[in-house]
Amino acid sequence: MGNKKRLVEIPSNTFLREEDLGKPPVLDVRNLGIDFGGLTAVDEFNITIGQTEIAGLIGPNGAGKTTIFNLLTGVYQPTRGCVLVKGVDIKGKSAAHVNRMGVARTFQNIRLFSQMSALDNVKVGMHHDIRCSFVSSMLHLPGFYKEEEKANEKAMQLLEFMGLSEVAEMPAGSLPYGIQRRLEIVRALATKPSVLLLDEPAAGMNPSETAELMEQIRRIRDTFHIAILLIEHDMNLVMGVCETIAVVNYGKIIAKGTPDQIQNNPDVIEAYLGKG
Amino acid sequence: MNFLQYLINGISIGSVYAIIALGYTMVYGIAKMLNFAHGDVIMIGAYMSYCATNYLGLHPLVGLVIAMAVCTFLGITIEALAYRPLRGVPSLAVLITAIGVSYFLQNAAQLIWGSAPKNYTSIVSMEPLKIFGGGLVITGEVLITIAASIVIMLALTLFTGKTKMGKAMRAVSEDRDAAQLMGIPVNRTISATFAIGSALAALAGVLLCSTVPTLMPTTGSMPGIRAFTAAVLGGIGSIPGAMLGGILLGIIETLSKAYLSTQFSDAIVFTVLILVLLVKPSGLLGKTVQEKV
Amino acid sequence: MRKNLTRKHRSSNLKTFVLVTAAFIVMQLLSSMGMLKSSVKGQLIPICVYIVLAVSLNLVVGVSGELSLGHAGFMGVGAFTGVVVAASLRNMVGNDIVRLLIAMVCGGVMAGIAGGIIGIPVLRLQGDYLAIVTLAFGEILKNIIGNLYIGTDSSGLHFALDASNIHMEPAGKMILNGPMGTTGVEKIATFGVGFALIIFTLIVVLNLIHSKEGRAIMAIRDNRIAAESVGLNVFSFKIKAFVVSAFLAGTAGALYGLNYSAITASKFDFTTSINILVFVVLGGMGNIFGSVVSATLLYILPEMLRSLYDYRMIMYAIVLIVVMLFTWSPQAKNWIQLASNCGVMKRFLGQRKEAES
Repeated sequence: MGNKKRLVEIPSNTFLREEDLGKPPVLDVRNLGIDFGGLTAVDEFNITIGQTEIAGLIGPNGAGKTTIFNLLTGVYQPTRGCVLVKGVDIKGKSAAHVNRMGVARTFQNIRLFSQMSALDNVKVGMHHDIRCSFVSSMLHLPGFYKEEEKANEKAMQLLEFMGLSEVAEMPAGSLPYGIQRRLEIVRALATKPSVLLLDEPAAGMNPSETAELMEQIRRIRDTFHIAILLIEHDMNLVMGVCETIAVVNYGKIIAKGTPDQIQNNPDVIEAYLGKG
Repeated sequence: MNFLQYLINGISIGSVYAIIALGYTMVYGIAKMLNFAHGDVIMIGAYMSYCATNYLGLHPLVGLVIAMAVCTFLGITIEALAYRPLRGVPSLAVLITAIGVSYFLQNAAQLIWGSAPKNYTSIVSMEPLKIFGGGLVITGEVLITIAASIVIMLALTLFTGKTKMGKAMRAVSEDRDAAQLMGIPVNRTISATFAIGSALAALAGVLLCSTVPTLMPTTGSMPGIRAFTAAVLGGIGSIPGAMLGGILLGIIETLSKAYLSTQFSDAIVFTVLILVLLVKPSGLLGKTVQEKV
Repeated sequence: MRKNLTRKHRSSNLKTFVLVTAAFIVMQLLSSMGMLKSSVKGQLIPICVYIVLAVSLNLVVGVSGELSLGHAGFMGVGAFTGVVVAASLRNMVGNDIVRLLIAMVCGGVMAGIAGGIIGIPVLRLQGDYLAIVTLAFGEILKNIIGNLYIGTDSSGLHFALDASNIHMEPAGKMILNGPMGTTGVEKIATFGVGFALIIFTLIVVLNLIHSKEGRAIMAIRDNRIAAESVGLNVFSFKIKAFVVSAFLAGTAGALYGLNYSAITASKFDFTTSINILVFVVLGGMGNIFGSVVSATLLYILPEMLRSLYDYRMIMYAIVLIVVMLFTWSPQAKNWIQLASNCGVMKRFLGQRKEAES
């Protein structure tokens, strides 16, 4: 809770945590827009996310939130504007490349490697961290097993961090929904991101799981010192964990601010409840 | 003049491919499976018409009707026995079963009729059309084949567009589960598709053997693969696509044999297919379906 | 507990190696005691070849999840490369085994190169489109090989696409004769080398599956979009699996080509590709041991059915259909469930439980 009070307003109507002041933002999105055929799905989207900020992206269904995530991760190429990750434009880069630049994500409709074990899912995330040539992969040259053990160890640590060490050897597809969501987060963390994008992390979770998730989101930030941007419909989670919130409707930002400001913003209330 | 002759011959063989490809494409579009046994149904159809005319002494047209009826029944039976139990399992498993059915039909034909080629007499008794004082000869087979393919394509387009069964087919092809929930009898619709596809295969077999008069148990397999290629070239699932793909393939094959190389005509045909798919990954008239993230 | 993870892979791999080796030793013993009919002996090397082909195709179809219908094309490239290499090294390398191994490596490399050239355009396509294009490439390879004329004389190798263009010395010898295929090949393939090739293939494929590369390949199969989101370049992994698979098929093809005095390109057609695919699917996709077993059984099945004469291929077809229906159809699964719940199975299981307690 204390964190929230140490926000500083900077020009252009954005907020930064005190500790992020003077440091370049991890994500700087300028005038982003995309059209599908004649339809404008996202337009004039601006957001700046500090290095250790937890930010929320909310809005009614169909407002374009997931499209924004797809733009930020290189799945879609924008029609207008640009996305800077740690100051570097991601224009023309593949989704794989954008991930290696420091953006990791989870999916609204869970996308795990369902036939592989939970542990292997995490180890796939660590792919570029494992030092092993292709020839060594085929022939298991000396050093292969040492490197593999190191990877196992690290993957287990990450699983433990999210309380998943029990299910390490289970096939990911057989796990309960809530655990699958958390496994997706672990897999994303395994790619050593600078910013983590969570697409409805609490969907399908019960209140106690959601409360635990809130705690874990904060813990991820504090342990790995990374920024988190999340899409969520559960307002308890959003208001409880996010330090700044952007509200989108019809592909455009209609409000930005702290949870308190958002809760009292008449435009936001109108977007959600309609005009009274 | 020669060029024109080759072109017409190409369109003719292409029309046969098109008729087979129409069957492939309908089955693929609706049952979402590659029916590798389709080519062998062609062969069975040709044998049936051969038997009806040569052994029973029936009129060729009656033979054709018998061949189509037998193949319709065969198509429905194959679907019910071999494919229906596998509905909803990975498509590769169905593909292997279809390969099994294909082996079965070929070997059954070999047991019944032997592996020696039979000399098929054309069912067309029309005088060849001579144009430009005999410089260009269009045989009756060519005319009938081309006409048949056009009529079939138009009829199928009307059928899928206007009739109740046709609409049911389109619905099943779009989303089988949703169609089921809307009360469309999915099994019966798929059966009907196989029936139509197999009847067309019989017709194609008769036309094919009228043009190329050797009939063997393996007669259907290469045209089957060609027609499958044609269906993919035109965009699998699309009726005009199958027609376009079939005719293009026939033309390319004939012209490359005539002007480039007889030995490499296979390589040329398949190279064209690959080039088209690289530029248009879903075929000439196919719809691109993008996976939603 | 963590150490167990890699050990578990090792023990399941070990089972495969032990069984293959045991089978090899048994066959060798039987053969040396003269207890094998010559018709069975003649099947040993082709079985080795088809096991390698099935395992390598499983890497593409089962592990990487791409339907390839052109595997026989790579086998053909390997076979004819191997035959040409072995023939041209005849005077330079005296030892037949060494010459065979060199020929197999060259066959593998050529097939691998063909795999790369084909894979680069093809692997951008998906699903059934990829299947038809691999089929097309397989047929193109067959078509080209079937029209290639290669001869050797004192000045070296001669290549031509037409019999009249080969310009050889009269004393020269044709190795590859267009549609007539290879003639007068020295049969230097041995069962021992075939066994070694199986072991090599199993090592490469099983190790690959249990490495970061294999995990990445399987991740892409399970969920392409998620694999991209964790930084994997989908295309590069598909290519790797495809080229390794083509390489292995090429080595097997070279062994195959050097096992017969004459072969034609038509052997490496679509039907052969399909047969290999049948081995893979029946053995279980991604199940390497399954591929070994099913390639062996299905290769000898038509031989065992020989007593049925004309009916043997139709029996093979029926067995194939019935096996597919029984292993895959949901109804069949229900029947098996039912039978095991009430019938003989239950009594059998019951007795066993009593015996255990």
